[in-house]
Amino acid sequence: MTLHQPDERPRQRPGERYVVGRRGAWSVRFGVRPALVLLAAGAASLLLALVGLVLGELGLSLGEVLGALGGRSDDRLTAYFVTEVRLPRVVTAIVVGAALGVAGSLFQNITGNPLGSPDIIGFTTGAATGALVTIIVLGGDTAAVAIGAVIGGLATAAAVGLLVRSTGLTGLRLVLVGLGVGATLAALNTLLLTRASLVAAQTAAQWLAGSLNAVLWPRATVTLLAVAVLLVPAVLLGRSVAMLALGDDTAHACGVPVTRVRAAAALVGVGLVSVATAATGPIAFVALAAPQISRRLAGTATSGIAGPAVVGAAVVLGSDLLAQHLFAPTQLAVGVVTGALGGIYLIALVATETRRSR
Amino acid sequence: MVERRSRRSLLLGLVIVLLLAGVAASLLVGSRGLAPDRVWELLWHPDGSLESAVVRGQRLPRTVLGLVVGAALGLAGAVMQALTRNPLADPGILGVNAGAALVVVAFVAVSGVTDIGAYVWFALAGAGAAAATVYAVAGVGRPDSSPVRLALAGVAVSAALASLTSAVVLADQEAFNEFRFWVAGSLQGRGWSELGAVAPFLGVGLVLALSITGALGVLMLGEDTARGLGVKVSRVRTLALLAVTALCGAATAAVGPIAFVGLAVPMVARALMGHDLRWISACSLALGALWLLTADVLARVLAPEEVAAGIVAALVGGPVFVLVARRRRVPAL
Repeated sequence: MTLHQPDERPRQRPGERYVVGRRGAWSVRFGVRPALVLLAAGAASLLLALVGLVLGELGLSLGEVLGALGGRSDDRLTAYFVTEVRLPRVVTAIVVGAALGVAGSLFQNITGNPLGSPDIIGFTTGAATGALVTIIVLGGDTAAVAIGAVIGGLATAAAVGLLVRSTGLTGLRLVLVGLGVGATLAALNTLLLTRASLVAAQTAAQWLAGSLNAVLWPRATVTLLAVAVLLVPAVLLGRSVAMLALGDDTAHACGVPVTRVRAAAALVGVGLVSVATAATGPIAFVALAAPQISRRLAGTATSGIAGPAVVGAAVVLGSDLLAQHLFAPTQLAVGVVTGALGGIYLIALVATETRRSR
Repeated sequence: MVERRSRRSLLLGLVIVLLLAGVAASLLVGSRGLAPDRVWELLWHPDGSLESAVVRGQRLPRTVLGLVVGAALGLAGAVMQALTRNPLADPGILGVNAGAALVVVAFVAVSGVTDIGAYVWFALAGAGAAAATVYAVAGVGRPDSSPVRLALAGVAVSAALASLTSAVVLADQEAFNEFRFWVAGSLQGRGWSELGAVAPFLGVGLVLALSITGALGVLMLGEDTARGLGVKVSRVRTLALLAVTALCGAATAAVGPIAFVGLAVPMVARALMGHDLRWISACSLALGALWLLTADVLARVLAPEEVAAGIVAALVGGPVFVLVARRRRVPAL
């Protein structure tokens, strides 16, 4: 059972162009517009990353930054700030954004629902529960909170998985059960927040907003490795997951092992979300918005893997820049800005679409 | 068919009986132990005693408010899910909750006033403004306005507003302290004045919603079919949205954002009633009221210190909902 409504899919535009490459028994085909969008978003991410490396309290020029990156900087302070302070932050922003974008795309495809992001169906909430328990009940430090978040996210996923397993994993059922579990945990989170002391509740609220402040190499490296490992199965699953949008029956007839693909994709998605949340706290809205933005820019029927990854990275990078410098020296939480930035951008996209379709 | 109808009537009757029991429990249960016959007597003949003030001044308005708000959220959810044909569409998706929250938080941050009674009008204004923005973005009322676009516009506007809210909340401790209790949604300390302020909106929303359920049910067959059967598609959709905004905005203004009721109730109603939207709407009305009242009664007795009803509604309602979603086949939209 899918939730796709035939009249909602973007229609194939006449004159859409493809590039096909063949070599022996192998062939690849990709649309020109999605490829261009991918390149543009990639270039934007790169630009934002460079800006992120250049801007900061210690004023540096682009040349100095590039020199420090290449290990050719004489000034140890410059080298330190670029490679030890700003670079891990930028890397984490890219990695977390990509992870959230891909996870969102996987979930929206396996549930066949544009609202089926991990935010909404419980996993992010579970991770938050783990972190809140660590902060409010156990009074743990940053590392403990990250571990609490991972445990919370994975436990929620396991609970949803067990609840769905006996009844069969359809998109609708996953959504419904995830929703119920997520709502219960969200209530638990609110309960924890209202019962905590004001100080602990504020610490928790800071964490809940998501932040890249004070991310250094140890955390950046762990996050990078974990996401890189998880992206491999995500890419391998990408094609089959996109087929699910045709409906379970059609996908099955095309040779996609529907249930197994769905379970595997959910597992990978949960892993990506948990890692990202552990690194920075729950950064709102990226998982929901990145696939939709990428799909609308590329004009494709479903969001793939690469598009949402690059768009997600760009959104988090851009948001983090704004969070750092908009009200400097006051540092905003990046999650506060992603909601506003992603929200406004998605509003603009939907509004143009509305106007165009007139 | 006859059998099915009688089964539906039976189930709906059962929900209504449970609802009456819930009303009774809400009047009888409280920190001050009162005998049922005494409560009954005081309801009709107030005698100016402290007990009389408790029953008529606190328990009665609270019960009525829970009844009305729960019913409004249930109905708003049923209409919203039918309209967007998406089971994830909470009535709050129109930005109503996010808009109300932002205005309430901004109000507290700017004025420093932390009186729930003062919030109502601001919350109502915020809810209306947010919903209007969502309509404008999604192009509601145009012939080609699409439900998916509406849902996306709603979540996008909600996310942007929620960002602003959390920016204020993270910066202002006073506003944060007020916000964390308001956002839980509670019937505690609310009464006739809140009810009076939102009653007109609830009334309009109820009439609008009930007047279009038939047409909306036909619309779920698909736009072309509905048009062929004489349904004025864009008018029905616009009216449905107005109804949801009025119902949900008023409910949020009165008691704060109650999560999950508007989402879960229509789905349970669908599992009980089948496909007919008129039955689903009727069942959602009763079930929503039952859900919130039960949560409020439990909120009073579960813990020594009272828990917000909005929290109990999801904390206890969530597992119930999961059970229903697993056991019964919920018809797709």
